[in-house]
Amino acid sequence: MSAVATPARQASSGMSTKTLNRIVIYGLLALFALFYLMPLFVMLVTSFKTMDEIQNGNMLALPKAPTFDPWLKAWGETCVGLTCAGIKGYFWNSIKMVVPAVLISTMLGALNGYVLTKWRFRGATLVFGLMLFACFIPFQSVLLPMATILGSVGRFGVTLQNSVGTSFGLGNSTVNLVFVHVVYGIGFTTLFFRNYYEAFPTELIKAAQVDGASFFQIFRRIMLPNSMPIFVVTVIYQFTNIWNDFLFASAYAGTGDAMPMTVALNNVVNTSTGVVEYNVNMAAAMIAALPTLIVYVVAGRYFVRGLMAGAVKG
Amino acid sequence: MAFLEIDGLKKRFGNVEILKGIDVELEKGGFLVLVGPSGCGKSTLLNTIAGLEQITEGEIRVEGRAINDLHPSKRDIAMVFQSYALYPNMTVAGNISFGMEMRGVPADERQKAIDKVAKVLQIGHLLQRKPSQLSGGQRQRVAMGRALVRDPKLFLFDEPLSNLDAKLRVDMRIEIKRLHATTGTTIVYVTHDQIEAMTLATKIAVMRDGEVQQFGTPAEIYNNPTNLFVADFMGSPAMNLIPATIATSGNALSVVLQREAREPITLPMANAPTGLSAFQGKPIIFGVRPEALTDPEGAERNASNIATADLHIEVVEPAGSDTFAVTNLGGKPVVARLRADANIQPGTSTPLAFNLTKAVFFDPATENRIR
Repeated sequence: MSAVATPARQASSGMSTKTLNRIVIYGLLALFALFYLMPLFVMLVTSFKTMDEIQNGNMLALPKAPTFDPWLKAWGETCVGLTCAGIKGYFWNSIKMVVPAVLISTMLGALNGYVLTKWRFRGATLVFGLMLFACFIPFQSVLLPMATILGSVGRFGVTLQNSVGTSFGLGNSTVNLVFVHVVYGIGFTTLFFRNYYEAFPTELIKAAQVDGASFFQIFRRIMLPNSMPIFVVTVIYQFTNIWNDFLFASAYAGTGDAMPMTVALNNVVNTSTGVVEYNVNMAAAMIAALPTLIVYVVAGRYFVRGLMAGAVKG
Repeated sequence: MAFLEIDGLKKRFGNVEILKGIDVELEKGGFLVLVGPSGCGKSTLLNTIAGLEQITEGEIRVEGRAINDLHPSKRDIAMVFQSYALYPNMTVAGNISFGMEMRGVPADERQKAIDKVAKVLQIGHLLQRKPSQLSGGQRQRVAMGRALVRDPKLFLFDEPLSNLDAKLRVDMRIEIKRLHATTGTTIVYVTHDQIEAMTLATKIAVMRDGEVQQFGTPAEIYNNPTNLFVADFMGSPAMNLIPATIATSGNALSVVLQREAREPITLPMANAPTGLSAFQGKPIIFGVRPEALTDPEGAERNASNIATADLHIEVVEPAGSDTFAVTNLGGKPVVARLRADANIQPGTSTPLAFNLTKAVFFDPATENRIR
């Protein structure tokens, strides 16, 4: 660790216990890693096997003749409920819902954090406390009230459609889900950004004020460009949560064209057409999990850095 | 009418009064230093001038025009912050020109202004770098460049040198002084460092607990402190403030200082301030700066009132340019400033000369100067 010279005899006796410790630590780590990776491994190998091989072979064995057919079938042909056009449509449904929901909730969180730390008003702490409270409300408890609200909004959308000719997206299931996720996400995104901006030097804001920058100019030119780490953290967090959400998705878009990936996957697995196609189910599950994996791989190194931001003076 | 006038300024946060009625004024081209210990309100005062804090009462005028309700960017000021506050995402050039960009100055004019300032501050080679790639001194220059480029009526400096190491601080201090001399700008400067205050200022306001204790030229502040706090705060090493009593011998007053294990010293005061006669037989604080207590050969030749006394030297500190000797009077350590080559030994009794023309007296009860 350090370059400090230690006496030789201490080093030699210390060496053996140190090595032993290392072996135990790494051994345990490897064991747990193996344990956690096992399901993923089974999923991966199964998704490349033929049905014959699955029925007759070992679950952990590598595929003898790897095939992409289950993946292609899951993507384009498998049955979700009664329609058999694969999961690709639902994949795009999820993307269409997740991207706006993540961006809107992140931007609102950033704006909230900016106001709560740099433009403090009377009662700012209370407002923040209440927003924080939103993080602890169980999803189940808002299911019915939210359904009522979405229902009224939908009816208003119909009224608009009849009178003006467009509903402005009100009542659309994807828009509904974006709305729900934005509302639910604001608590978390505000928390992230507020804590990050709390440590953000206020003198920068003062300097920008003296330079004549307006409220939004400061936000756009000074705050946002210096928020990369927390931005990445928030995006990863929100993306993973919203993409993986099943409860809201099944409650507010459980049937119909706007059904997100998670609900579709559930339907794929539950659809019985005789034999259960494990390889197709696994491939579909892998496809459903890929976007979050990709987000982690691309932005993961910022994640830890961002979570630590503000902990130590940088 | 002065260039900058601050009139009865008060600032309250809730029930807490941070600034308790500040009256200060500064002539055009002047250099006002606000100095005081931390928490005295000097930075708050500067922020109210900048418009970053609202004031509760009073008025701030620049060239006779009240500015206290204007937005910071409309006050025609520029500010250098303690942390420099350089925008980390912008290059040096971007930092310097951000204000102009916000005011909608065309790009070619901005470039001209950047080049001009870069030349003055010798930062031309740094223009494309990010602040994180600069050293402390370079950041300081860029921060000053950002202020200079605006060509404002008033410069505000908030402890600009406190993040630099000792040597760089002295260099930058000279740089700021030179900048002030060449550009003739009006500056308000906050520091807790009394040496910065003395060397830079044309006017000093010594502050404590939201009040100006004394406002005057550096020489006035140094030689004629109005109270114990100012006397103690300004000067390094600090003024010796010795508990003493006043005695009368005939019609002349004298100061009696207690010594350890020996008979007290009596210093005859030929030109005592008139107020002192009311303190006969009473305790006072006798203030004498270290340079006014020195070896008899080093004492000022033309001082009219010098008294010599034998003092027991406890510690000798050779500082290179001077030698400091510590003795004990009135139960307090007292520092004398001697020539570098003065022959003095710790543990011995040595005659030292008090330059009594420079001595000042304070009332221990009110802490005010006895005049």
